[in-house]
Amino acid sequence: MAVPITDSAARERIARRIARSFDEQQRELVINLGVGIPTMVADYVTGSDIFVQAENGLLGVGRLAVGDQIDRQLINAGRQPVTETPGCSYFDSATSFGMIRGGHVDATVIGAFQVDEAGNIANWINPSGRQLGVGGAMDLVTGARQVIVGMQHNTRDGRAKLVKRCTMPITGFAEVDLVVTELGMFRFVEGRLVLVEIAPEVSLEELRSLTEARFEASPRLKPMVD
Amino acid sequence: MGRLVAETALAGGNEDGGSMVRDRNKFLSMGEALALIKPGARIMVGGFGLAGYPEGLVEALAASGVGDLTIISNDLGSPGVGLGKLLTNGQIKALIGNYYNWNPEVAEAYHAGRIEVTLIPQGTFAEAIRAAGVGIPAFYTAAAAGTDLAVGKETRAFDGRMCVLERAIPADVALIRAYRADEMGNLVYYKTARNFNPLMAMAAAVTIAEVDEIVPVGELDPESIVTPHIFVQVIIRRNQHGGPDNG
Repeated sequence: MAVPITDSAARERIARRIARSFDEQQRELVINLGVGIPTMVADYVTGSDIFVQAENGLLGVGRLAVGDQIDRQLINAGRQPVTETPGCSYFDSATSFGMIRGGHVDATVIGAFQVDEAGNIANWINPSGRQLGVGGAMDLVTGARQVIVGMQHNTRDGRAKLVKRCTMPITGFAEVDLVVTELGMFRFVEGRLVLVEIAPEVSLEELRSLTEARFEASPRLKPMVD
Repeated sequence: MGRLVAETALAGGNEDGGSMVRDRNKFLSMGEALALIKPGARIMVGGFGLAGYPEGLVEALAASGVGDLTIISNDLGSPGVGLGKLLTNGQIKALIGNYYNWNPEVAEAYHAGRIEVTLIPQGTFAEAIRAAGVGIPAFYTAAAAGTDLAVGKETRAFDGRMCVLERAIPADVALIRAYRADEMGNLVYYKTARNFNPLMAMAAAVTIAEVDEIVPVGELDPESIVTPHIFVQVIIRRNQHGGPDNG
């Protein structure tokens, strides 16, 4: 790469681009944000008709709480203290996942260990790790109308995350609609992985060499701008 | 099982119950409530992380040393904190739940063969508890279809989409947390402390609710009651474990 991009710049770029994809739709949207980069998306959304749903039972999540706003009984699904927005509502976990499973949540933004050419996603467990949990990931990828993955392009040790075929335990099959990394934005179009935006630091050839999955470049390929 | 009839006198911080008729008294002392939990029982516990879990009841259960328990909960708190204490104490035989990454002692105990763990996707987990409470023995959902968490479960396609048959999850006792109760046991909740609590109240043979405040019958707006009193058998007011709601 001509200009290397730092971890924090990469994460910010991904979150900003996903936020912009919501603002660009210019309509009322209900979105659910996973932990990590996805949570950051809320900081960049500007549209007032975008409602953040937290699966632990809140529609209308506000900013992260600071100082005396912090209430231990008011948290998001990542256990972070949050604030309310006007018109927010609370409900039990079955109602919350009813919203998700019932197709009432427009988009889920989640991280991933791997996404493959078929739109399969692996993000719930690293079998070599010491973790034991699934959370709402499987419900979210099957239930939300749109599945948006925000993740860094490769792992810290340089292994591909956009792969030919997931080798880690699958969360959902052919569920991914959009993948945003710091190097590009990819859409699944009729089952094919298509690059629609490319970061200024890389050429198309460099991006192919940094990506295990095979992808098409859109005829209307655009630069990815912050 | 019908309403739990308690003959006991009021005790231990339950002075609010004075106006109750004796044979409908739902106000027990912590000790009397804990006596309802037998070794080997299936216990549901409300809460998401440390929000909305019945802190006083969990502390008392940890202190009681009752063992061989199956704990049905979203997570297991943090190591040595909240429900995590039950694991540290060796009181747990099995876990049914969805997210134990906040407490790495769970994976450790599981890999060492000390406990059984059944992982269920969060939405399926919530719905399975609700199902148990409303008399639905099983239901189909697309979540987890084809994944490692569906192994051994029946599957069926609906409208071209593969679904998994999930069984309802009932329990012997539910330990829940609510904000306010009236003297009959009608409950309202507080912000994201609600989570699994209203579902678990319906799904157990005996539901013990730990509440911050108890008010006279008629004081709660009937339109705002989330859990009607028929789902609550025992009410415990938060005492020295509780403090203010945000404490």
